[in-house]
Amino acid sequence: MVDLLVNGRRHTLDVSADANLLWVLRERLQLNGAKYGCGIAACGACTVLLEGEPIRACVTPVGAVEGRRIVTIEGLGGDHPVQLAWVAEEVPQCGFCQAGQVLAAVALLEKNPRPGEREINHAFRGHLCRCGTYPRIRRAVRRAAEWMVEPSRAARK
Amino acid sequence: MLRVNRRTFLKTSAGAGGALVLGLVLPGCGRGNEAMAEPVPLLRDLPGDALAPNAFLRVDTDGSVLVMIPSAEMGQGVFTSLAMLVAEEMGADWTRVRAEHAPAHPAYANPARNTQATGGSASVRGFFTSLREAGATARDLLVRAGAARLQVPMAECRAEKGAVVHVNSDRRVPFGVLTADAARLSLPTQVLLKSPDELQLLGRGAPRLDSPPKVSGRALFGQDVQLPGMLIASVERSSRFGESVLRFDAQAARQIPGVRHIVPLEHGVAVVADGFEAALAGRARLRIDWQPARRPAPDEHTAWKRLHAALDTTVSMRNDGNTAAALTRSAKTISAAYEIPFQAHACMEPPACTVHLHDDGCELWAPTQVPEQVRRLAAEITGLPVQRIRVHTPFLGGGFGRRLEHDFVSEAVHIAKAVRVPVKLLWTREDDLQHDFYRPASVHRMSAGLDARGAPVAWRHHIASPSIVARRNPTAVKDGRDKSSVEGAVTLPYAIPNVEVGYAMVDLGVPVGFWRSVGHSQNVFAAECFLDELAAAAGRDPYTLRHELLVGKPRLRRVLDLAASRGDWGTPLPEQHGRGIAAAESFHSYVAQVAEVVVEGDTVRVLRVVCAVDCGFIVNPDTVIAQMEGSVVWGLTAALKGAIRLQNGGIAQRNFHDYPLLAMDEMPDVEVHLVQSADPPGGVGEPGVPPLAPAVANAVFAATGRPVRRLPIRLGDAT
Repeated sequence: MVDLLVNGRRHTLDVSADANLLWVLRERLQLNGAKYGCGIAACGACTVLLEGEPIRACVTPVGAVEGRRIVTIEGLGGDHPVQLAWVAEEVPQCGFCQAGQVLAAVALLEKNPRPGEREINHAFRGHLCRCGTYPRIRRAVRRAAEWMVEPSRAARK
Repeated sequence: MLRVNRRTFLKTSAGAGGALVLGLVLPGCGRGNEAMAEPVPLLRDLPGDALAPNAFLRVDTDGSVLVMIPSAEMGQGVFTSLAMLVAEEMGADWTRVRAEHAPAHPAYANPARNTQATGGSASVRGFFTSLREAGATARDLLVRAGAARLQVPMAECRAEKGAVVHVNSDRRVPFGVLTADAARLSLPTQVLLKSPDELQLLGRGAPRLDSPPKVSGRALFGQDVQLPGMLIASVERSSRFGESVLRFDAQAARQIPGVRHIVPLEHGVAVVADGFEAALAGRARLRIDWQPARRPAPDEHTAWKRLHAALDTTVSMRNDGNTAAALTRSAKTISAAYEIPFQAHACMEPPACTVHLHDDGCELWAPTQVPEQVRRLAAEITGLPVQRIRVHTPFLGGGFGRRLEHDFVSEAVHIAKAVRVPVKLLWTREDDLQHDFYRPASVHRMSAGLDARGAPVAWRHHIASPSIVARRNPTAVKDGRDKSSVEGAVTLPYAIPNVEVGYAMVDLGVPVGFWRSVGHSQNVFAAECFLDELAAAAGRDPYTLRHELLVGKPRLRRVLDLAASRGDWGTPLPEQHGRGIAAAESFHSYVAQVAEVVVEGDTVRVLRVVCAVDCGFIVNPDTVIAQMEGSVVWGLTAALKGAIRLQNGGIAQRNFHDYPLLAMDEMPDVEVHLVQSADPPGGVGEPGVPPLAPAVANAVFAATGRPVRRLPIRLGDAT
């Protein structure tokens, strides 16, 4: 049995401690927002937040995150300033990588409310996008940063 | 208003719930077509009192408008752009418009392709008129119903923002109130399309309909499909091309907890389990002996040797003037050879397909660019009539040509047939890279002659590569003349009096397929790089030489000029920096790009790309910009990063660690400049790709003085 705390809900699951977090989220909890893209922590599509830090679910055994606070894209609620900024900048193309990209931005802005280009590049280094949405991700991160400092501007978007 | 005769394909018949139900017979589809006779699935599910005057839209009594999107949404924005075509002519309120993928049905064939396939950058240009007509038909019905309701002449009413408005009195009736009345009216015999000055959405743009679900995790991709009682399948295939299963031992695999079925396939063995991890664990324990390929793929070195050798055996694909004689007479001749490697699609979503084969038929959830083909394929494999196959298209996690192939669908249907429960087939990234249909490798032998004043008078471009068309349909290529392999080369836009293009088809035993911009991705690279070598030999500026040679090509010349001026062509650059320019017409659109690079040691960093595009009439400007940005990234990955290399009868690459994609920190600034045009819409998804690699290579040439003749660009390459 493994206890997982995902998006504020506790789940007691009959899985072994070395079961993979990504597939437990997807197959057991029906949380499909985190995607399988590579299985080797090389693309970022499976990103979830662990205590606010982005981790690659595809290489994480559930035993390593037991009882700790996990947030998936579904846990952001849809109107997080980063999500609103992503929509405002029309970031997604195919969209497959975007849950990971959005969570990377959430984690970055929590730590660094005004990231510069170097910090943005660093935070997104491991998040591949084959459609090439990088320029818009940069813009959306900056827009979200403004909105998180002045939330009223997001509401007026 | 522009008067357009209504096509003769609208036929009425009475439907359930008092709503009007129409069958569609599209031009180009014979009446003998069995699938054609069945009602369009959307209309089959029609709720009472909704208005659905054709296969493409439905207006519900709450006023919401559902548009059925006949193309696959794979990032290029068709959910939005195609819905805009319908919504514009209807006068719909954009905030009440929803989009769904249309099912597989001949009614949804792209008029530009005569089949329901998403490729060749053809969605907007193919559906530009028919979807507007579909919307205008609904508008006509609603306005007639609204005028009757308001007891005013129809001519005094118009449809706007989801309501019929009486212009003189400003009285409004929302669409939702009118659907039942409108559905009882006879269809118009002709419809009027809006004139350009009446357009509210087209050309101005509308928010993407797929952005909110894609940032919230709600968007359903092929990988995400869940059915009750569903099992997960994974297939072990040979790492070498063309091998089939000789014999296998699955005893150890069956002992993995959660493994339910082992399904032998011709080219592999499927492990079907409760979950993906169990399926993978089972796969790892399979022991398979492979039947060697009849013609094994060569190693990398041999492949290049064979391609180069084939250059002596080309067939002529274009022959203007007398190139051989002109080369002999030229004051100066130059020549160069270019090598361009195999590339993988590497869509972020690896192939996935869910199949539920049940007593009533077969349902598929297939992220595919070819739903109609998938439907026929499933009918063949299951033996069911095609009417009993339903294809649902989830969002595609990238397409780029990979999902024009349905190999993964075939596997999934075969597995479902064997296990008889819902099954989802998932490919790993390793499966995806090793079993792609690769952009063909190619070699290019170029020669050109300059006259005494340095003007090009002769141009020879010989190409050797595997043929995609021949791989898909061997009888389709006669005498080795494959037009797809020479696109972008035979269409050399420059005014050179003697031009000869030759092609040699080489089957290397490597599966090849359509890869964003297809032949243009290679041939334009060789041609545009060689043109810079000509310019250097003639002491000419690469931009002005192109400008002069684009005689009779005003649209290409215009984007070239625009890219040059916005890209600060001719202004000084620091040491080690270089600027390059390239231009190409493809898929009925024109794109030019200026790339600025800095060479630091043995690395090339691209700092800025300025892109000018003329894609005819623009439906959704921001989508065009996004597609150009994406094309730049796609092109940069091919120009700078990895390549697919042959090894041990397969490929050497396994995952993103050895097949890297461009990442955020390598992303240059990209500026896109749109040319406003009243020409018919051209393609958008692909035309941004061809000029990118040569623009970057030419910038490196400018920075280093050494021409680039091989992709990906490696400064250490001997030329």
